[in-house]
Amino acid sequence: MSDTKTLAPAPPRDAPAPRPPTARRSGSRRLEEITKILFVVPAGLAIVALFGYPVVKNVVMGFQDYGLKTFFTGKAPFVGLSNYVAVVSDDVFSKAVVNTALFTLGSILGQFVIGMLLALFFHQSFPLNGVLRALFLLPWLLPLIVGSAAWRAILEQDSGILNVTLQNLGVIDGPVPWLTSPSVALVSVILVNIWLGIPFNLTLLYSGLQAIPDELYEAGALDGATGWRAFWSITWPNLRAVVSVVLMLGVIYTLKVLDIILGLTQGGPANATQTIALQSYQRSFVEFKFGQGAALSNILIVISLAFAIIYLRVNRRQVDE
Amino acid sequence: MITKLVSKRVATFAALAALAPLSLAACGGGSSGSSGGDASATVDTLKVLDYYTDEPGKTQIGDMLTACGTSIGVGTIEREAVPGPTLIQKVLQQASSKSLPDVLMLDNPDIQQIADTGALAPLGDFGITADGYAPGPVAAATGADGKLYGLQPGANTIAIFYRKDVLEKAGVTPPTTWAELRTAAKKLTVGKQYGFAFNATADYEGAWQFLPAMWSNGGDETDLKTPQVAGALQLWKDLVDDGSASKSVVNWKQSDVNDQFIAGNAAMMLNGPWQEPALDKAKVDYGVVPFPVDQAGQASVAPLGGEAWTVPMTGDQAKMAKAAELVKCMNTDANQLLRAKQGGLVPTKLALADQFKTEVPKMAGFTDAVAQARARTGKLGAKWPDTAKIIYTGVQLVLTGQAAPADAMAKAGG
Repeated sequence: MSDTKTLAPAPPRDAPAPRPPTARRSGSRRLEEITKILFVVPAGLAIVALFGYPVVKNVVMGFQDYGLKTFFTGKAPFVGLSNYVAVVSDDVFSKAVVNTALFTLGSILGQFVIGMLLALFFHQSFPLNGVLRALFLLPWLLPLIVGSAAWRAILEQDSGILNVTLQNLGVIDGPVPWLTSPSVALVSVILVNIWLGIPFNLTLLYSGLQAIPDELYEAGALDGATGWRAFWSITWPNLRAVVSVVLMLGVIYTLKVLDIILGLTQGGPANATQTIALQSYQRSFVEFKFGQGAALSNILIVISLAFAIIYLRVNRRQVDE
Repeated sequence: MITKLVSKRVATFAALAALAPLSLAACGGGSSGSSGGDASATVDTLKVLDYYTDEPGKTQIGDMLTACGTSIGVGTIEREAVPGPTLIQKVLQQASSKSLPDVLMLDNPDIQQIADTGALAPLGDFGITADGYAPGPVAAATGADGKLYGLQPGANTIAIFYRKDVLEKAGVTPPTTWAELRTAAKKLTVGKQYGFAFNATADYEGAWQFLPAMWSNGGDETDLKTPQVAGALQLWKDLVDDGSASKSVVNWKQSDVNDQFIAGNAAMMLNGPWQEPALDKAKVDYGVVPFPVDQAGQASVAPLGGEAWTVPMTGDQAKMAKAAELVKCMNTDANQLLRAKQGGLVPTKLALADQFKTEVPKMAGFTDAVAQARARTGKLGAKWPDTAKIIYTGVQLVLTGQAAPADAMAKAGG
């Protein structure tokens, strides 16, 4: 505890407590308490309205037969678990679960490793550093739907620039079915998502690196810690808090990715790129089975929540240290 | 003041409600313009919602609505157009906030689903019938209760577009049977040019493009596990396996197919007349023939496309009556012909077919096809979306080698 180190005589912790509370004093204190609460109320209301209500509504909707008719009649009868039974027993569900796991894991791994390497690269000073770094942020500025449309053209099997280039360079003999073969499509979708996610990882990790004081490296260098040794002994431990934020947010963002897959493959070919998020979107906004869509997104919420809890626990331990 | 105003409104409403049946009966009689004279005085605006957001359709539809508004004595048409894919979502939002438009345009396969919710007024209540219309548009707009919910002024469908010069040079005539289609496509596949292009994406568009093959072969959406449906799947598979169509068809939307055709990467394609402005702009010399049949003697059956105008249940009887008049006006003979010429459509009134064919000879192929066109929702009604999902999944399973044509539909959940 840091305050034990302070040299000035610290006032006893519960100094005000023994003093007998006069009537006036307790009144003003109550007022103070009420004022404090009043300051928090707007924020609390906003959270309840903007986050609490939709989540609760979504949970409830998962148990309702909420379809097209509901919008006109206002009636959404409760149907117990039948929405969950319907979505889980669908053949596509197990595929979507596996794909969601692969998509999330692959995307995070790729984005993080490349983002980390780039952050380390840009942490050194060299000419044009700023310009290059700004260029790496471009994918972030691009609307997702534009990004996916461009990638769809690039990955086109017959005339896409990627296959044409690779063939001209003699890297491949025949065209790679990037988006048209069920065994390749998921990999392509993950690659595009990695491309999109690099700026996010780069930016956060780069700012994390900037926050590490140079003195640590200077002191480390005196003890002979340079290169990899410096990375593992100084950079990594100091970056841990940032890394956990990046990974945590990365998982939650990636779990809900929708637009990229919609733009590239619509979940095809033959359901090869279906994920839970995409299923939820399609049930809700293509098939208008909002109850089933809600059930699927509730499943996603639970998965995200599990990761959030892990994150909070890890973080708390770090703070306690 | 306020109470006076309210009571005046109530009185007007009651009067209109009493008048409504009279004026509607008059409408049915055919003298739509002059009939509801008293009612029309109070309806000075109508809200309209459609999905023609792109030019030139946006202005064309807008002008026609304005002209019809004037002719039925409604001063202002408050028109809103939203992008096609978001129309239904918009309608749902409006339904839950009780702010539906007075006139709503719907894509024909959506009518039954929306009618099923009780959101649309049966047009029969306003004395409107669809006598003399092609059977497809009528089936699409007829609800499970047998009532008519929409009038569709123009229709389209899909057929085979071919590059005249390319086929001539290769000595190939436009195919009329599946065997001819395969041979022609194979012969036309040279270099980077594929013989044939179609769309087989994992969405309703992919399902819609499969229907000509499925229906022409006698397949039926009520039972997908038949040899007829498998035969159609086999045709799709053969065209791709032959190398006559790109493996990319599983990822090509109809607009992509058209781009490939324009770029000279396809000698023939399955597509609709809405692509013609783009083709004409690119100066492609093309011809159109109906989708081929498996064996001579079979009829080529294509799916019905196009939009219908409907009257939502807004509760305001006077406005609903006027809205019905507007729907009727959008469907007059003159407007059907005008809209067809402007929008690359075919008039849905059968009596107009001959006149249209003489005036627009290049649409002759589509005009015949529309007369026979079958509505996707004709048999299944609101259950069509579930079946469409099975169809496009089945097609994708076959084209990617995940299932044989015989059991693809079963594997897709059919």
